[in-house]
Amino acid sequence: MSTTATRVIVTGEKSSRRSVFRKSRPERADRPGMRQRATRETLMGYGFLVPWLIGFFGLTLIPMAYSLYLSFTSYNIFSPPKWIGLDNYVRMFTTDPAFMQSAQITLIYVLVGTPIMLGAALGVAMLLNYRSHGGGFFRSAFYAPSLIGGSVSVAIVWRAMFASDGPVDDGLSAIGIDLGGWVGNPALVLPMMILLAVWMFGATMVIFLAGLKQIPRELYEAAEMDGAGAWHRFRAVTLPMLSPVIFFNLLLGLIGAFQVFTAAYIISNGTGGPAGMTNFITLYLYKRGFSDGQMGYAAAIAWVLLIVVAIIAFILFRTQRSWVHYAGDNR
Amino acid sequence: MSTTSSFGENALVLTENQVDPDPKTSTTPQAPRRRIKRKTWQTAIWFVVLITITAVVLYPLVWLLFSTFKPNSEFGSNMGLLPNAPTLDNYTKVFEGIAGVPMWRFFLNSFIIAAGSVIGVLLSSSLAAYAFARIHFKGLSVLFAAMIGTLLLPFHVVIIPQYIIFQRLDMIDTFWPLLLPKFLATEAFFVFLLVQFIRQMPRDMDEAARIDGAGHMRIFWSIILPLIKPALITCSIFAFIWAWNDFLGPLLYLTSPENYPLPVALRLYNDQTSVSDYGATVTASFIALIPILLFFLVFQRFLVDGVATQGLKG
Repeated sequence: MSTTATRVIVTGEKSSRRSVFRKSRPERADRPGMRQRATRETLMGYGFLVPWLIGFFGLTLIPMAYSLYLSFTSYNIFSPPKWIGLDNYVRMFTTDPAFMQSAQITLIYVLVGTPIMLGAALGVAMLLNYRSHGGGFFRSAFYAPSLIGGSVSVAIVWRAMFASDGPVDDGLSAIGIDLGGWVGNPALVLPMMILLAVWMFGATMVIFLAGLKQIPRELYEAAEMDGAGAWHRFRAVTLPMLSPVIFFNLLLGLIGAFQVFTAAYIISNGTGGPAGMTNFITLYLYKRGFSDGQMGYAAAIAWVLLIVVAIIAFILFRTQRSWVHYAGDNR
Repeated sequence: MSTTSSFGENALVLTENQVDPDPKTSTTPQAPRRRIKRKTWQTAIWFVVLITITAVVLYPLVWLLFSTFKPNSEFGSNMGLLPNAPTLDNYTKVFEGIAGVPMWRFFLNSFIIAAGSVIGVLLSSSLAAYAFARIHFKGLSVLFAAMIGTLLLPFHVVIIPQYIIFQRLDMIDTFWPLLLPKFLATEAFFVFLLVQFIRQMPRDMDEAARIDGAGHMRIFWSIILPLIKPALITCSIFAFIWAWNDFLGPLLYLTSPENYPLPVALRLYNDQTSVSDYGATVTASFIALIPILLFFLVFQRFLVDGVATQGLKG
């Protein structure tokens, strides 16, 4: 009760200073009550958020700050962290070729794999959208791999499929392309990983399909009347109308691709081989932190990963204006 | 802790409100016969192309299914689809288990982790989503932005400190490090999905309830939760499947084989048997996929029809 009383006085003082407004707003009369209600709302809001707040601060924000601190230390979980300044970061970029290779193959995987996957998803979505009926079965069939593609099971299958004399090797040999096994070949193992990512195009395709269905048919009809061919209609209607969806899929696709781990671990038995060609940044981080016990160094790698992801997201959001068209935007 | 996430896990959900445009309106009345004939041809080609893609996409899974019936001796020599001498040996071998742990134990562990995750995600995410969508409190916009930020955060940035936390809490080799984050709504995907869903719900009912004197707890429990049931089902399915597939989490936190869920148990087959027991490895992989494939067949509508982007809506 006493807090309410104080509030009344405080509000009274404040509103007297702005008495001009006071008259024009009759609801000012119940302002104390509303204040109280606002406080109660705030309390309720935080009450509902308790689990999320504990998770956000306890398992995300504070750990992030702690891992930033660890990245400036030398730390194996048993003895206390020792401050070494920027040494971890310097080591990464000067005396650790394994890191440089890891960063390189991860970037190739992300920057080559994601656009190919998006292209496949868009292509198949347009194919399905070509007819308005009868695509339901295909849509479900194509969606299934994206549900299971990140699993250990699929990684094991993938390795068998691309092994020497496996189904892929046999199939290619039959048409005269003799590549041998992809799994043990440093030149082919990265394309094989990218193919696995492309295989999981289904979820992205479903999102594209929903986007395509929302493009008004009149736009295509108008373009056709103006004599636009199929390619021109794609460039002038489909791409701009779909650009928000492309943006969304590209952003989440790139960020997701950086985090590929399970397949690389299983296919290489945790080594990142052959010749380090599946040693993606997350696998390298895992090995350094949890196999070699270099947790400070692993934390530094994690922060480099975070910064790279943030830069890519930033670039995407900044370039958004020039290529993403939102409905109601007259450009 | 769904870490695997290559591409594709990021589908967001929307109610099914796509209008199927009537195909008849697009065909002009002139020259109907030629049009129809051309249409038939195009449809035929369309089907052939799509069936070809389907065959390529589903081949690995079909290959996996047939391979479980191949005797060990055929691996390496017969990598085609059909086994020469089909057998059930692989299944009997797999059910015996590995490293002294029977198969059902791995299954049970996987199930406990996945079911626990579903409960945790539903409880914590729906509470948080209600607060973000329906309560106007101080700091709402800052916290909401923070939640969206964690949506884009690579999980690997926090695995080292989280590991240290759970190690200090003496939770290594228990399921807690895998379950606790789910009960604390750390997977922003679910919170975001539910927020979007709640925002689409008309406010009339909450307002009427409020006038009748109902508080937020009451509105949340008796009005919002029943309304968002479809979204809760979608969340449950994804939470289950991601937890079922999760590999990095159990790999980090579970050390003794009797606590392993299926993905980490599969690694045992994978490591121990480079050539000799290929059949068991492949069969165990298939068995681990069965629950997800069943889920997919049963809940297809919720997964595929419901999956579309919120990005579309703005």
